[in-house]
Amino acid sequence: MSQIELASPVAPDWHRWRQGLFNGWGNGLVTLGTLATILWLALPLFRWAVIDAVWFGTSADCAEETAGACWAFVGAKLRFMLFAFFPPPLQWRPALVVAFILTLLAVSALPRFWSFRLVPVWLLALLGSWLIMAGTGAMEPVSTNHWGGLPITLTVSIAGLAFAFPIALLLALARQSDMGILRCLAIAFIEVLRGVPMIAILYVAMLIVPMALPSGATIDKLLRAQIGVTLFFSAYLAEVIRAGLQVVPVGQREAALSLGLSRIQLLRLVVLPQALRAVIPAIVNLAIGIVLNTSLLAVIGIYDLLNAAKTSATDPGWLGFYSEAYIFAAAVYFVICFTGSRYSLWLERKLNGANRR
Amino acid sequence: MQQHFTHRKLFTKAFAATTALAAGLIATSALAGETLDKIKARGVIKVGVGTTPGFFSPDSSGRWQGFFVDFGRAIAITVFNDAEKVEFTNSSPQQRLPALQSGEFDILLSGVTQTVSRAFKLGFHFGPVVFYDGQGLLVRKDLGVAKGEELDGATIGVQSGTTGELNIADFFRKTGKAFTPVTIEETGEFLKALDSGRVDALTQDATDLAAKRTQLSKPDDYVLLPERLSKEPLAPAIRAGDDQWLEIVNWTVYATIQAEEFGITKDNVDTFLKSEDPAIKRFLGVDPSLGEAIGLDPKFAYNIVKTVGNYGEIFERNVGKGTALNFERGYNQPWTSGGLLYSPPFR
Repeated sequence: MSQIELASPVAPDWHRWRQGLFNGWGNGLVTLGTLATILWLALPLFRWAVIDAVWFGTSADCAEETAGACWAFVGAKLRFMLFAFFPPPLQWRPALVVAFILTLLAVSALPRFWSFRLVPVWLLALLGSWLIMAGTGAMEPVSTNHWGGLPITLTVSIAGLAFAFPIALLLALARQSDMGILRCLAIAFIEVLRGVPMIAILYVAMLIVPMALPSGATIDKLLRAQIGVTLFFSAYLAEVIRAGLQVVPVGQREAALSLGLSRIQLLRLVVLPQALRAVIPAIVNLAIGIVLNTSLLAVIGIYDLLNAAKTSATDPGWLGFYSEAYIFAAAVYFVICFTGSRYSLWLERKLNGANRR
Repeated sequence: MQQHFTHRKLFTKAFAATTALAAGLIATSALAGETLDKIKARGVIKVGVGTTPGFFSPDSSGRWQGFFVDFGRAIAITVFNDAEKVEFTNSSPQQRLPALQSGEFDILLSGVTQTVSRAFKLGFHFGPVVFYDGQGLLVRKDLGVAKGEELDGATIGVQSGTTGELNIADFFRKTGKAFTPVTIEETGEFLKALDSGRVDALTQDATDLAAKRTQLSKPDDYVLLPERLSKEPLAPAIRAGDDQWLEIVNWTVYATIQAEEFGITKDNVDTFLKSEDPAIKRFLGVDPSLGEAIGLDPKFAYNIVKTVGNYGEIFERNVGKGTALNFERGYNQPWTSGGLLYSPPFR
């Protein structure tokens, strides 16, 4: 739909607005009424968030001005909300990891850099992030218990997607395979994981797995959660990829096989490039879902961005600024997800353009 | 655990077998490796905490602060003579008990209420009660009420789905006064009801009410009454199976209580080193015979008081009169001043 609109010549903006909003008495009234309602709701919010707000200062300044928001709280707690329990003298480490991952993300988002070389690059990047956060060699070690905030939200999402991808690819292929057992196993895995909520999987990773291990053996809590997130999303991703595989016409496979391509070559050269290209927007969508879902890690005591923001309002020195904390977290999530969804739109347009040619 | 099993024998064989397996699993994980040995090998105590302002919350630099947190640091002093050899991890109420059982934590200082079923069914030991919590009443000051009994015909807000609803009804039945309950689901609404004057009082666990009071628009217009309508003794919880670890927890808590009873504080502890009182000499390790006999650093109590202070100091610093929470000592003061805190003798 959107492509057609964009392709056709467009009237000037103001003209279209007038056409859409004031083309008659009835519509004009509805427009004015809606505007009035929006103003009526937005003005007190604006007063609270901007006019009466305390932008700088201490909690004492905020206690004096109770009518407005206390953005000074966000300033004082910014470090904690972004990095949680990471030791402050070492916080350049999570900051570096966030900057590094965001840069790499921006680079890999551009189609001109797409190649299988990105896979080892990302694996190295994730390994590097882990080593920087945990500390290696002469660096002071930091237990994963102290990791938190934005780096957790970002790395758990990205590592979840990265590790889920190969699993999902195998699952999607297995689900289409001619081998009965393989197909049944893949279907069982996918449907079971898609049939339970992520919280249930996190609880299993947190509570049941340690009980099942031989006594004394422990797996790192964050690692357990990461494995849970990865398995959960591999099931969803497998279904997305399967949809892509079905896009490739059967005739192409037959043609490729008759040309003497092996099955692996068929997949690598003919099926996957088309299948994956077709589902990239869906994968971006899923990635946004993963980012938002990482906030569930809070239930097992991991400090993702949202949990860190919430906890920052329990400091007796800055008690109860929950609205400000949640608004800050929402703003960060919004920036991440809005960027993602605009990117997805842009990509869809670009790829469809390429297809049409 | 044993008792559990004989009881379950009545059920089908298959069920009994699974239960035995489960019980066995839990038992081995609880007994495997004495907790204290593990802690010493690891060099750090793993403590599960919650998040309630004043009791446990991270400050802006991410360092845990609070009433229970200070007891965690005190235990680290007893074991390692180093208040920093302790790692606090937040744990949700659903997760904390299994996490203790599975060995993720050595001790829970997360405000667990000591109950008989937790002791028997879950196989936990509880240390001494460190905070006597209970359902409290937060009332408007202008009502001029000093005791719950004086609330007659009051409208009282309770959060739905809590035991608070039953407790408040029982309480008014006992006092023979009338009241109107207003059940409120959501926390924000709960506070607004008092702020807007829709209710005269709110009832909930006192630790929660104290934190909520600070979020009212004029906190100073409201007062948390000192009496408690229910018993919520909050105690450190550990896995059964390591008596020595339990004793360390016990005597660490007792040391803070005993210090307050002696009148020994963080600031004046050094002057007590010259005391001629044999009880104080034993307590502070000036006379090392006691410490040697129990296998602890003879100066452990001195080190605790010197670093985190006595019970009263821990209380006042985190939740007491000078803080936003503004808690009365109430039951949480030594028996000598009318509270419930009582340390067995150090001899």
